Parts: sequence; structure tokens; C-alpha cells
Amino acid sequence: MSAEVEAPRPSHPAPWPHLAVLAAVAAWFWLYGRLPAISEALTALIPVERHSHTGEALAFFFYDVPKVLMLLALIVFAMGVVRSFFSPERTRALLAGRREGVGNVLAALLGVVTPFCSCSAVPLFIGLVSAGVPLGVTFSFLIAAPMVNEVALVMLFGLVGPVVALTYFSFGLAVAILAGWVIGRLHLEGWLQDWVRDIATGASAPEEAGGAPLSMVERYRLGVEALREIMGRVWLWILLGIAMGALIHGYVPEDLMVRIMGADAWWSVPAAVVLGIPMYTNAAGVIPIVEALLGKGAALGTVLAFMMSVIALSLPEMIILRQVLTLRLIAVFIGVVGSGILAVGFLFNLLF
Amino acid sequence: MEIKVLGTGCAKCRATVELIERVAREAGREVSVVKIEDLRRIAGYGVMSTPAVVVGEKVVHKGSVPAPDEVLGWLA
Repeated sequence: MSAEVEAPRPSHPAPWPHLAVLAAVAAWFWLYGRLPAISEALTALIPVERHSHTGEALAFFFYDVPKVLMLLALIVFAMGVVRSFFSPERTRALLAGRREGVGNVLAALLGVVTPFCSCSAVPLFIGLVSAGVPLGVTFSFLIAAPMVNEVALVMLFGLVGPVVALTYFSFGLAVAILAGWVIGRLHLEGWLQDWVRDIATGASAPEEAGGAPLSMVERYRLGVEALREIMGRVWLWILLGIAMGALIHGYVPEDLMVRIMGADAWWSVPAAVVLGIPMYTNAAGVIPIVEALLGKGAALGTVLAFMMSVIALSLPEMIILRQVLTLRLIAVFIGVVGSGILAVGFLFNLLF
Repeated sequence: MEIKVLGTGCAKCRATVELIERVAREAGREVSVVKIEDLRRIAGYGVMSTPAVVVGEKVVHKGSVPAPDEVLGWLA
């Protein structure tokens, strides 16, 4: 975020950026409304029986893929603008000295809206802990930030449905809040790497960098930047995920899937969690696979557990966090978050 | 002059270093860009999001690849 950088701004901002955004959004809705017709027309151009397997796959490709990409573009832009109102520094100021409990809830919610990239997870972690944010509250933030994000929610909404998206959102938050709270209760501050503990004990009050508030135009620019950056990163994963999903749709026999990932196979939930840890992809890649698994009769809880595990417990992130956490603390982190995910998995298999 | 780029080696950090070097070259300025990857030193600057840019021991930018105009401003 370039909030601190002084830039000359016109005193009377021109109205055209607002109009441009308005026009773009209007064009978006116009196109989105016509997407089914356009996709049918495109599918019809290809000489394949519409209701054959290939026809269905093509229709999926020409409808679901553009639909998800469009939804993603809109939401990522909107979130880019929303995020410009938040910054890690602001989040830190909001969380510093906050009690556990309320702090965990607030941290998980802020995790959704604060700009976050796993490559700066460590500076963020140190920044929070050194400002006196309790360890458990910090963890609530660190768990929610990657797991409950707009890319995951939009893709779930677009490919699987609003109910599952909402479920994922609320239970993702719940896992982040509870896991952070449990880690806080365990009082593991001593298990931080020594140098982090030294910084933490010399806790310095963070000086809030001032600077003029961003103009709305500047925020639009940040939204467009987020759009470019996230779409640029995610499109390949989406294609790979959809290809994997298509393979599952086409080649994985249904009875096999019901047997190994159905609600009756209790061991499938822990297996899904364990399998998810070394897998590193982001939400964009997992969700098409999730959709295909659900279509083949895999149980919702098992699939949710798999997804949360892939996104929240990733090996590369552990390696990054290893610089500030001792192995013992990482083990506790995996144990607590993993148990939370297991609980979500079992609960959903029981309920649905 | 010396410009420090703080970051743990992510793609955006490399892009930031390249951008500063390019802008400096085009502006004909002598600049040494130092990359700081050590977490303790990064934490020492109180930076919470990387890449961050330090000019004259002052953090002038953080959290993203800066715009070329911004870079020109630091070189002045």
C-alpha cells in the first residue's frame, strides 16, 4: 500500500473515473446476463451432440469458466477497493491490547479484509506480536487470512452454490476463531523463536504512519491492480483445476467415490485433511476439483475438510513460519487447526 | 545514493529491485540497490508488508511494487 507516499492530487477531482467504473460495472452486468445465451451459441457452433458427454463438457467450459472468471473479476476489484480502507498497520492498531475472545473474533474478521500475501506472513506476524497482540489472536488472523478469501468464496458460489459458499465462510471463520483461542489458552509464547521473543518483550508502540487519506480514484486504481495481480496469478490454477475436475467427471467411477469419500467412510475425513497438507494450490485450483468430487457423490463434510486443509495447512507456509515459530509450535498449530477442520468435516457428514 | 528493498525473496520483491534499477538507469542516476532478506532487519524497520523500500533509513513505500513515478520521486 502506498498510503504514505505523497502524490499531488487535483483539488477538484474529475467525475470521469467514477463514470468509467460505473460504465464498466454496467457492461459487466449486461454481459453476465447474456452469458448463458452466448455460451449456448458457442457450443452450438461445434458439431457435437449437445447432450453427449463431450457436449456437456463443452457447455461447461463455455459457460462455467467465463461465469466464474467474470464473478471473480468483479469481486476481486470490489475487494481491492474495500481493502484499500484497511492496512496491516490499521489491523494491528485495532488488535493491539485486545482481550482474547473478542480479539479472536475481530482478528478472524479482519483477516478476511486486510491485504494479505503469504510471502509477507512473517513480517506481519512479527508486527502483530511485537505490538502486544496476543499470540492466539495473531493466529486467528493468520488462519483466517488465507483460508477465508474472496477467491474461494466466489468460486464456491459460482461452481458449487451459495449454500456451500456460506457454509465455508462461516465455518472457516469458526475454525480460525476457535483454533486461535485454543492456541492462546495454551500460553505458548515461550515457543516462539528466541529473536522474535526478544522483539516481543521490547514491545514498542507502533507509530502510525500518517499521510493523506487516499482519494477514491486512488482506491479504484488499487482495485484494478488487485484485479490484474490476482487474475494473473490465479487463471492458470483455475484452468488446471477445471481440467482435473473434468477428468474426475469423466473417468472416476461414482461408486468408487462414494465408497472412499462418502459419508459412511468415517476415515475419509482424516484422510482428506492429511492429504491436503502437502498439497499446495490455492482456492482457485481446488474448487473445481471439489465441485467434481461432490458431483461424484463425495460427502460435503469430507470435501470441505479437504479444501480447508489444502488452503489453510500448506507446507510452504509452514516453512515460511518456521523462521518465527519453533517446530513444537508449528506442530501445535497443525494439530489445533487440523482438529478444527476434522470437526467441521464430521459435523457436516453427520448433518447432510 | 543507496536504496534498500526489504523482502523475503518473493516475486514482487525482485520486480521492485528491477524497477528501481531500470528507472535509475533511464534517469541516468547512480543508485545502489541493496536487497535485505534477513527477517530480523526487516522487522527492525517495523514493516508489516513486503516489498518495502527504504531511502535514507526511512521507509518510503511498502506492500506493493511501487509505481515508476514514485521511484523517480525518491531519486530526486
